[in-house]
Amino acid sequence: MSNHLQVAQASHFYQQKSTFQNLSFSLETGKIACLLGSSGCGKTTILRCIAGFEPIQSGQILIADQLLSSPAKVVPPHLRQIGMVFQDYALFPHLSVGKNIAFGLHQLAATARQKIVDEMLELVRLKGSSDVYPHELSGGQQQRVALARALAIRPQLLLLDEPFSNLDVELRERLSIEVRDILKARNMTAILVTHDQHEAFAIADEVGVMNEGRIVQWDSPYSLYHEPANRFVADFIGEGTFLPGTVVSHNQIRIELGIVPSRMNPDCCVGCTVQVLIRPDDIIHNDQSPVQARVTQRAFRGAEFLYTLELDSGAKILSLVPSHHNHQIGEKIGIQLEIDHVIAFKKSST
Amino acid sequence: MHLSRLLILSLLIGLITLLPIGVVMSYLIYPESAIWQHLWAYVLPEIISNTAILLLGTGVVSAALGIALAWLTACHEFPLRRFFNWALILPLAMPAYVTAFVDIGLFDFTGPVQTFIRHHFGEGIWFPPIRSTPGVIMVMSLSLYPYVYLLCRNAFLSQGARITEAGQLLGLTRNKAFWRLALPMARPWIVGGVIVVLMETLADFGTMSVFNFDTFTTAIYKSWFGLFSLSAAAQLASLLVIVVFGLLIAEQYFAGRKRYHTPLKNMSPRFTLHGRTKWLALIFCSSILLFAFILPLLQLIYWSAQVFTQDFDERYPQFIWHTVLLASVSAGLVVAAALCLALTARTYPNRWFKAWGRLATLGYAVPGSVLAVGIFIPVAAADTYLINFFNAQFGWQGHSSFLRGTLFIMLLALMVRFMAPGFNSIETGLQRITKNQEDAAKGMGLFGWQLLRRIHLPLLKTSLFSAALLVFVDTMKEMPITLMTRPFGWDTLAVRVFEMTSEGQWDRAALPALGIVLVGLLPVFLLSRHQEN
Repeated sequence: MSNHLQVAQASHFYQQKSTFQNLSFSLETGKIACLLGSSGCGKTTILRCIAGFEPIQSGQILIADQLLSSPAKVVPPHLRQIGMVFQDYALFPHLSVGKNIAFGLHQLAATARQKIVDEMLELVRLKGSSDVYPHELSGGQQQRVALARALAIRPQLLLLDEPFSNLDVELRERLSIEVRDILKARNMTAILVTHDQHEAFAIADEVGVMNEGRIVQWDSPYSLYHEPANRFVADFIGEGTFLPGTVVSHNQIRIELGIVPSRMNPDCCVGCTVQVLIRPDDIIHNDQSPVQARVTQRAFRGAEFLYTLELDSGAKILSLVPSHHNHQIGEKIGIQLEIDHVIAFKKSST
Repeated sequence: MHLSRLLILSLLIGLITLLPIGVVMSYLIYPESAIWQHLWAYVLPEIISNTAILLLGTGVVSAALGIALAWLTACHEFPLRRFFNWALILPLAMPAYVTAFVDIGLFDFTGPVQTFIRHHFGEGIWFPPIRSTPGVIMVMSLSLYPYVYLLCRNAFLSQGARITEAGQLLGLTRNKAFWRLALPMARPWIVGGVIVVLMETLADFGTMSVFNFDTFTTAIYKSWFGLFSLSAAAQLASLLVIVVFGLLIAEQYFAGRKRYHTPLKNMSPRFTLHGRTKWLALIFCSSILLFAFILPLLQLIYWSAQVFTQDFDERYPQFIWHTVLLASVSAGLVVAAALCLALTARTYPNRWFKAWGRLATLGYAVPGSVLAVGIFIPVAAADTYLINFFNAQFGWQGHSSFLRGTLFIMLLALMVRFMAPGFNSIETGLQRITKNQEDAAKGMGLFGWQLLRRIHLPLLKTSLFSAALLVFVDTMKEMPITLMTRPFGWDTLAVRVFEMTSEGQWDRAALPALGIVLVGLLPVFLLSRHQEN
């Protein structure tokens, strides 16, 4: 499959301040990507550049090999055929749901238009709400209308700007799966922007983690968690702690809990001191284990406890333990490392 | 404060508002046919058509100005935008009757502009006549457009840019997105602003008398003080009240529609204008501001400087004293009454007291000339009754009146007229005090008067101040009530403006007008600062 969207070496400045620099990524047809980062990292501005609301000062943006943005040329938004779901939905308050969805279809005949509106209402499970006004709908329903309105024009690309941030947590998870199913069913290429990694993992095929206007890693959710490319991603994604270790051979590291296998890392020479990432799911509770750690904090999460444990050296690690193992703070419990290979970073790289 | 006492006060305040409206309306139900015939034959045909044309023209022109300026400053970036953003509300400080006489002084046949043209380019060059219906409409629109501008800008600020972007992604150009989305979306705010403009236009007395343009307000004044027929004045007033009720109903309907619009949380950046459009925007905003505010102000200063030495005599300290006294007492009355109403609505949060609060503040929609008539009639009747009673019972002689010829009638009418601005600003302040804060204080043993003194009043300080300031300035600018109900010879700055303009002495009217405008700038600055935040 070819690359549908291409962002090549794009940079954007706002009042002499750089929002993002030399940004490059591409997306195949039908893939859902997510730009993940804390607020103010420039991710929304990228969407605005792709939509054509902001110019770029260097680089190119192409869809289906057609140049949309470059420093010399900006195709205006209304000619791009890009759909967008805004964070606050931006539904037209004076138009009914049906008219909102039909809004972008003004060049079609009335019957053709109605057919698409019906199809869209069916798709987002709002059949029968055509004559209702946006303010009469719940937040989740409004969000689905916004999605239907954006999809109705059969866009080449769908942009979603923090689409779930106005919804409560439970609804957020359910809707993100629903939206993914809808997009997949229509083979829609889409980019989502969010600061919530659970949302990103639930919906996206590929995730770009952003920091200060740069993409620091572009990968699948699984790889981001298990093979973070740098210390920033390791910190940003998931929970975990770092234990000091010493490289003993090209694929082994000694840490307080024993010698663990590691991927070869060209930076790490034998004898180097490194920081080893330990995820809570790497530490298994085992009463028979000779290795003991003291519970210093515990957070009950229903099905499991997240224990913060202190090793003999004073180093802290996290462990997820099924919740019938109810231990008190101060108690010593047996633990065991269960891990295929660890991720390690040189000490200096923070 | 004892709760039931608060309640009785509120009921009383509401009744005072309803009294003049009821009195005037009774003239609809029990018309005097001789007067009716006279009015229908000689007065009504002209003033009805004048009023209709005036409302239509002022409504359309001020809506166009307000919408265009709001769209520019709320959703676009161009040179001096931040300045225009607040400066465009400055005309609110300039009463329409001031703009009116300044414009006539400047642009009439004998004025400096036409004289200059004749002198340099010869006779016979056509110049649009300022004393004309379009002239009145221009003056009214230039001083009233800020009401549309303010409301409309709020609508555009909260959703204009974002809605336009959503429309662009669905295939509209920016221009089309304005006509098809931003404008219809802002309709409730636009209509709300236009209705305020229409109410002010209906209520206007000063401008109409400067232009000699006969409408209901001037007809009421002439019937009363020209023909000495109070009942003819009251009958005209009753017709005017019907028009006002129509506007009120429309206002209620459109105010209700606003709640369907939830303001969007994230604003899109303003669209930067480039090249020629950038300069066109600058020129448009500047010329409106020039004609609506800067030019009139400069001319006032020029005239005032010219006449100051000969005109500023011993009568002026008295004008100023009367003005300040009247404005302060009316501000005090309104603040006290509005606080009562607002506290009642808060203490008894039910439909009835909410409705009562709205009724008690209806005066903003009722023209001052109507209120003057509506309060004068019952108070004069009560006065006559009291005099007769005391004369008969105690054999008093020499008193012809108790209440007539005092400030009583005037203050009552002013209080009714300006209750709304005072009430709104106090109510907004009260809403900022949460129920939980109140409950926390109650938990510490405060109640009743203690609670009011230690929690509400300190937290309401700024709201009370801005309420008082608004009413103070409104009273200063007010013309018909002061003119019609003041004790004989009891003149204020506004009355002085009226007297000088009715003699066509524009330069001598400028001095008191300048005073009114300068004090009037205070609440406008306050409002613009509030808008910035």
